[in-house]
Amino acid sequence: MAAGTAWRLGGGATAGSTRATREPLWVRLLLIGFTVAFLGGLLVLPLVVVLSQAFSEGVRTWVASVVDPEARAAIALTLKTAAIVVPLNAAFGMAAAWALGKFRPRGRELWITLVDLPFSVSPVVAGLLFVLLFGRNGWLGPWLAERDIQIIFAVPGIVIATLFITAPFVARELLPIMEAQGTDEEEAARLMGASGWTIFWRVTLPNVKWGLLYGLVLCNARAMGEFGAVSVVSGHIRGLTNTLPLEVEVRYGEYQATAAFALASLLSALALVTLVVKTVLERRLEARTE
Amino acid sequence: MRRRHNAVPGFALTFGATMLYLSLVVLIPLAAMLLRAASTGPHELFSAIANRRALAAFGLSFGGALLAAAIAAVGGSIAAWVLVRYDFPGRKLFDALVDLPFAMPTAVSGIALATLLAPQGWVGRALLPLGWKLAYTRGGVIVAMVLVSLPFIIRTLQPALADLPLDVEEAAATLGSGRLRTVATIVAPQLLPALGSGFALAFARAVGEYGSVIFIAGNLPGKTEIVPLLIVVELEQYDYAAATALGAAMLAASFAVLLCIHLLPRWMSRRRLAQAGG
Repeated sequence: MAAGTAWRLGGGATAGSTRATREPLWVRLLLIGFTVAFLGGLLVLPLVVVLSQAFSEGVRTWVASVVDPEARAAIALTLKTAAIVVPLNAAFGMAAAWALGKFRPRGRELWITLVDLPFSVSPVVAGLLFVLLFGRNGWLGPWLAERDIQIIFAVPGIVIATLFITAPFVARELLPIMEAQGTDEEEAARLMGASGWTIFWRVTLPNVKWGLLYGLVLCNARAMGEFGAVSVVSGHIRGLTNTLPLEVEVRYGEYQATAAFALASLLSALALVTLVVKTVLERRLEARTE
Repeated sequence: MRRRHNAVPGFALTFGATMLYLSLVVLIPLAAMLLRAASTGPHELFSAIANRRALAAFGLSFGGALLAAAIAAVGGSIAAWVLVRYDFPGRKLFDALVDLPFAMPTAVSGIALATLLAPQGWVGRALLPLGWKLAYTRGGVIVAMVLVSLPFIIRTLQPALADLPLDVEEAAATLGSGRLRTVATIVAPQLLPALGSGFALAFARAVGEYGSVIFIAGNLPGKTEIVPLLIVVELEQYDYAAATALGAAMLAASFAVLLCIHLLPRWMSRRRLAQAGG
């Protein structure tokens, strides 16, 4: 680890490159050309297709597809889900980052792995977990049915599946920041008599606010865009349990491609806004750590 | 591994809350599925996985993800190199766009790819004279998997590349090593640990991917059907035992990958240290 730090201090970035460490011009141009074509084809082209298909029948059709009752219900459900999921996972993320970043509890590596776990579970398997737990034939199915509580094929199931999928986002961003900042400032505040809450609000939170925002933005993007897990638990009831990505699927499947792409263009706009905010926040985070 | 900082409050509260939340949202549901798989008879589990349709799906999911991660590793390495080492107009824009597959809902990528690669789509039309058909074939599945796994490769390689000391490369050049040889023998080995963990992350994402694959796959059983889709199909037929068996197998695979991600970089750096020492 010490060697790595020494390298970092001694090594220059691109700015320090000399003729000896640079490739011939034709190689550079070839590699740049490849990169532009590869990233352009894989990342930019799909985006262009979404926009061109969404508006292929004019602005009026686009507006009509976006404001029809089912689309509005899907947008409302997507917003509602994110409004429940993001604050809960933010609170979880802050607690986890505080406990595992500021302290070294026994089994810390294991706890961090568990926090990250939902990232490595297939979304469909995530949905399946909750069907097996709350579904008609699930562990709690009979108990829930007796009390007339429906979770699967209803909004609560969508919320829970999204909670699972997006749980690591805030924790994962905050943990390294809290760890790097250590506990000096908190200890100083403690010595001056500040209470735990005061320390959190006045010392820790201002220090991690950009990281927190970064995590929130990513968490929100995934919560609004999640497809696989939600698809398994939703039941696809139009106007009731279809989120925006599910409504895109339904319309596409019904050969209403233009309407599907109109809704997809809304989600693309969300993705682009997320990218812009993310890029701005990354600059801020870098400025802070330098 | 004892607690060092006793002066800072809130450990018990935040650790307790973390464990409670993790248990409710992640651990209990996972345990419930594994229990369910365990309580299903071994014969039933076996027959759910060891049939022609399921085996073909596993072959496509794992083989396709392996191939996709390899393609993403090659293309992503070049892209990471270019984005870190070279300056060209639009570099910052392309760098920001690398995260697009993270931010873009998978259903949107899915229908966009399906439209692009369809025989009458922009790309599909251009590939038709070459005899290449990607839409509704395994090739299309792999294109979608490359798309979703690419950012993992680029984003793990970039910091490793930026940290490389240029003076070592300079020294190699001074000692008469050609540029290609320097890159192959000095630069590449130092990037291997990062590439390894990027590859594992890319593979894990590609194996479990659902949204961006199903629209372009055509979903023919035994041919272009991936395991996550087969799980959905079994659930729609209320065959919970089969869905559980397939889900448990996928879960076991993702645990194995997770283990690799944690152990691989350590193993690789230890090997490098041993080599340097001996």
